Amino acid sequence: MENLSLIVNGEKIEAKISPETTLHTFLHDTLGLTGSKEGCGEGLCGCCTVRVDGKAVKSCIILALQVEGKSVQTIEGLADGETLDPVQEAFLDHGAFQCGYCTPGMIMASKAFLDEASKPSEKDVRHALSGNLCRCTGYHKIIKATLSVDQK
Amino acid sequence: MDNFKYFRASDVKEACSLLSRYGEEAKILSGGQSLVSMMKQRFIMPSYIIDVKGISELDYIRLVDDGGLEIGAMTTHRSLEKSAVIRENFSMLSNMELTLASMAVRNWGTVGGSLCSADPASDLAPSLIALGAQVTLSSENGERVVLLEDFIVDSFETILKENELLTQIQVPGKAALGCGIHTKFARRAHDLGIASVATHLILDKSDRDICNHIRIVLGAVDPFPQRYKRAEGLIRENKINEALIEEAARAVFEDCNPTTDINGTEEYKREIARVLVIRTVKEAIARARSV
Repeated sequence: MENLSLIVNGEKIEAKISPETTLHTFLHDTLGLTGSKEGCGEGLCGCCTVRVDGKAVKSCIILALQVEGKSVQTIEGLADGETLDPVQEAFLDHGAFQCGYCTPGMIMASKAFLDEASKPSEKDVRHALSGNLCRCTGYHKIIKATLSVDQK
Repeated sequence: MDNFKYFRASDVKEACSLLSRYGEEAKILSGGQSLVSMMKQRFIMPSYIIDVKGISELDYIRLVDDGGLEIGAMTTHRSLEKSAVIRENFSMLSNMELTLASMAVRNWGTVGGSLCSADPASDLAPSLIALGAQVTLSSENGERVVLLEDFIVDSFETILKENELLTQIQVPGKAALGCGIHTKFARRAHDLGIASVATHLILDKSDRDICNHIRIVLGAVDPFPQRYKRAEGLIRENKINEALIEEAARAVFEDCNPTTDINGTEEYKREIARVLVIRTVKEAIARARSV
């Protein structure tokens, strides 16, 4: 077992973990933050997307020990109490989901992208979200929702 | 994933010392965007993991005096994509990065890790080979510098020794004088390519219909990235016209060695490669003439 110390959604966490624990397993199973999903488990579908030091990453193909000392944000850490993040509001306003399985990853990728982008075009949004698969919506509402955040 | 002993190296010296001790049974972990997935599927089951991702002294992009580049092995794909220096001098690399996997993979995956994993469908390796890049391999015994085209020797195989760490990539200044185009054919824009081509060329200063230097490199088609020297030789120092480009592309069609798999038949891949060679050569020439 190895020591792991990191910040998750603003809270300092100390844990002892087995080295093969992925970041996703640690967040989901150890900390009970079940928002992010392990879809493909190979870094292709994006359902496990969380942010490490602000950047979107695929938590299923990162060892938890690799984020030692870093700050992780999951979908659970996005809202401020009862107040949803503008990206979450936009997804609600546009009905940008059906089954919801991809939504936590989609919102975290969208959020990370919007924090970096200035005046993104639809093409930019499609490009940024290409690593997040949705098998229900056909993406249109997700893209519209993401674009609408910037226009507000 | 099977259990392993984990070491976090804080600098190159520590990584090399760990490698000389555990190298035989160890795997070097950088971003792990290929390795962790392979370990989960038990394709690779190392007893020791030496994590080098946190080695900050290997995270840099530097323009050197001759106009070339030095890239630290732990530089992420995203840093390469966003680097103004690279966009200005080696736009092929910036454009290639935009279609390399997804934003989240580029945020965590490193260029050194990508080259060492030696995936046949890598986009990074063909582009860097087209630019004539070299890599520096470090160990406790010192350093050696090898051409990237000699570094990758088979599908998922490199000449990296058990005690060595890839620490730097060098792009020669001469490459900045030319223009390069990378393009790939894939099911979805950011998938691994079914075929990809990186072409880099330098036009003659006085005669813009002659190209003095050209490299044509294919990815995903062969077991590892390959230069197509017969095609390069057909174009080099000859009057460039439509027929010559077609002839060179035909040479690539004949010389390449694809296999039939889930992505397409052997002949299909040859044809895709041929078409991509025509496109990249034409586009590189047009770009070179416009500057």
